[in-house]
Amino acid sequence: MPDLSINFAGIKSPNPFWLASAPPTNSGYQVMKAFDAGWGGAVWKTLGVPVVNVSSRYGGVNYRDKRMVGFNNIELISDRPLSDNLREIEEVKKRFPNHAVIASLMVQSRQEWHDIVRDVQNAGSDGIELNFGCPHGMCERGMGSAVGQEPEVLQTIVEWVMEVAKIPVIVKLTPNISDITEPAMAARRGGADAISLINTIQSIVGVDLDLFAPYPIVDGKGSNGGYCGPAVKPIALNMVKNCAQHPDVQLPISGIGGIENWRDAVEHILLGASSVQVCTAAMHFGFGIIREMTSGLEQYMTEKGFHTIYDMVGKALPNVKHWEDLNLKYKVTADINEEKCIGCQLCYTACEDGAHQAIRLQEGSRTPVIIEENCVGCNLCSLVCPVEDCITMERRDDGTEHLTWKERTEAGTIPTEFNDERAGGRHHWVPEPAAALGKEKHKTLPGKARQYAAADAAALEEASPTRAD
Amino acid sequence: MAEYQTPTSEPEFHANFAQIKPRMNSSEALFESSRCLFCFDAPCIKACPSGIDIPQFIRQINTGNTTGAARTIYEANYFGNACGKVCPTEVLCEGACVYNLQDVKPIEIGRLQSFATREAIEQNKPLMGPGTPNGRKVAVIGAGPAGISAACELRSLGYEVDVFEAKSQPSGLTVYGVAPYKITNEEVLAEMAYLEGQFGFRVQYNQPIASRRELEALEESYDAIFLGVGLGQTNALLLPGEERANCVGAVEFIEQLRMQHHRTAVGRKVIVLGGGNTAMDAASESARMGAEDVILAYRRGKEEMGAYDFEYDLAKGVGVKGLFNVAPVEIVGNGKVEGVKFIRTATVNGQVQAVPGSEFVEACDMVIKATGQAKQTQLLSLIPGLQLDNKGRIVADERTGQTTNPKYFTSGDARNGGAEVVNASAEAKATARGIHAFLNAGL
Repeated sequence: MPDLSINFAGIKSPNPFWLASAPPTNSGYQVMKAFDAGWGGAVWKTLGVPVVNVSSRYGGVNYRDKRMVGFNNIELISDRPLSDNLREIEEVKKRFPNHAVIASLMVQSRQEWHDIVRDVQNAGSDGIELNFGCPHGMCERGMGSAVGQEPEVLQTIVEWVMEVAKIPVIVKLTPNISDITEPAMAARRGGADAISLINTIQSIVGVDLDLFAPYPIVDGKGSNGGYCGPAVKPIALNMVKNCAQHPDVQLPISGIGGIENWRDAVEHILLGASSVQVCTAAMHFGFGIIREMTSGLEQYMTEKGFHTIYDMVGKALPNVKHWEDLNLKYKVTADINEEKCIGCQLCYTACEDGAHQAIRLQEGSRTPVIIEENCVGCNLCSLVCPVEDCITMERRDDGTEHLTWKERTEAGTIPTEFNDERAGGRHHWVPEPAAALGKEKHKTLPGKARQYAAADAAALEEASPTRAD
Repeated sequence: MAEYQTPTSEPEFHANFAQIKPRMNSSEALFESSRCLFCFDAPCIKACPSGIDIPQFIRQINTGNTTGAARTIYEANYFGNACGKVCPTEVLCEGACVYNLQDVKPIEIGRLQSFATREAIEQNKPLMGPGTPNGRKVAVIGAGPAGISAACELRSLGYEVDVFEAKSQPSGLTVYGVAPYKITNEEVLAEMAYLEGQFGFRVQYNQPIASRRELEALEESYDAIFLGVGLGQTNALLLPGEERANCVGAVEFIEQLRMQHHRTAVGRKVIVLGGGNTAMDAASESARMGAEDVILAYRRGKEEMGAYDFEYDLAKGVGVKGLFNVAPVEIVGNGKVEGVKFIRTATVNGQVQAVPGSEFVEACDMVIKATGQAKQTQLLSLIPGLQLDNKGRIVADERTGQTTNPKYFTSGDARNGGAEVVNASAEAKATARGIHAFLNAGL
């Protein structure tokens, strides 16, 4: 049985799954319930300056029948009295001494930081997370992402905190910045023990088409919120990777962003996270999802022969390269398994309209055919194909050659002029522009027009039976 | 014990004849529409005789544009709602859905179609309307799927249209001949009222055209005449005893059932003669009306039945038993039906032959003959120059629907010999264009 426990910058936790600082960690009741369900840790809903919240706080992005693939909120930090929160932290720690309770904090002055750090330490917190990420409501008051976007300010505040901190300090970063490693390095310079990312992305999740207002709507108006949920995972993964690979960051990373199941968690871990934080999924499905997450992680680790989380932390990082280091000699093309093809022709129209016109239809069959010489190996057809393993990308080079853009640059063989013979697309076949006009028009017309078009075509054929199509 | 109790009230009737394609709620429509792959050159469209742009309307439903979905449907097929309910979708659009090849349940296209059209009908959405009046008039004989579809299309082209219907209600077999579990009378008639409201054609009910004099009057007053007369009564079997009480034709039985509902009398043991879809319907209906035993007797083997497999499955599902390779030789009884004398048959070189000495009597108290409908030869013989083929079907140009009497055009069962509502609807739409082309040719 693999060991799921972690020691994250000195914070011990029975497993790497923490609830992120958010509504699910608003109270001792919720945190106890989560620990009871199997969560390893919880980052308490941010404590700090007094706030007042609005009613109507969350907005969702649905994809077809799937709800909340994206989610945003305009809720602020905890609006509960600090003393209540401190008392509950203490109570939780007494009942769950081996679980991780991390206090998320957001205040303004040095004195406030000192006071609140001492308060949460006295309450028994295992660690502190500095909320430099919140992109709505708090940033306008010079806190949250306003700090995260100013590395120097960030560093100063971290230094204030470190003056009194006796427990590990995590800096939570905002993704609302061009280069996430800048604040990450500032956190390190300030003496932080770890970073966590990403906080939410400034967003408008949708606009009400009748009220002409952004969601969530507060009395006919709205504001930008913070975006999270499954849809943000790719952004989070990239930022986690950027921090994990940067030689001047070198801090334990708590991965946050779009984690809903064990696979998402493993992806964060493989790119360098050594704990993961979850919010939206818990808000959507409740704390019970932890059972699937731990079970999936255990099963994966068992199958891979990983004994501890640390056997896999950052395991994918060596394979994340700059584009210029990718092998230009690697060549794949698509292969359609005729046995599996159901004839939806999505690959055909995707390639035809959205890629390189490398798929053709054949007479008397719904199964399309790859035009090998046109296929650039872009993957699009295999991505749109609804049948598992029906379209596969097959390697066509013999694997003996390896040449990167960087190597070509060094060798002086890169294309340098606009019409350079050495450029990639030269001599690649594309149809004449006018060949697009009317192509398969009858297959895309609406029902009525299609009927008449077919009749007209038949009439035309009748009128000139020898005319070749 | 019969599967169903004989219904004694409207609610009991509706319970026994619960819709097999019930109306979707909006959640169901969202979930189902979300599954559609949006195939290129989609097989479902090609399988639809009316060529509805199915992926388009499903996508419209999915994006909350239900009205647009209804428009897409009606642009291709005026019987949009009826077809969603009564079409044999299993062998048409849904049968062609690519999911079948993946052993995944096909999209419930019929129900999605009705989801969109029901809303348009109930909210009386103004989706269609008459074209600019062109000063010409067309008479439509028969307010069935063909006649009404032709009337709608002709109105959209600017014609004045009068429809003459022998019965008291429009939609033909959709209301008089389809099994009640496929669509309710109210639902059929609501769509008809919607179409009439949208297009403003006039229907004269209880107005059979049956004489040369009446035809002449039409010929004089109208620029063209559309024949949507369908088929007639159930063919006679010409068997001894056929006249006995409780030996009825399937078409007549179903019509009575549609109009009288639970007041329709059904025997305790019913024998249905025939192997087509109408036979399946009559058998299912008898069972749902509480008959204790329903036997479906067919002169050939099970596999040779003309009915769709799913229709036979539906009948079997309500307890109908098959009796194959038997031919009726006499309806026995004493005033009333008491049984059917059969002779066993064998198929030799494709020919059904009686097996000598194999006669037996199967007792019953009702016989339903589902042995095909007669053609409307009486009426058709009154139209000069109108040619029928050797099966009694009206000969018409494949594209324009023009008959051998140039003033007359036709579509639907009278022309195709008996097919689905969707066939009649699609053909009639094309024929209306044929009429338009013909009347404009000389201009």
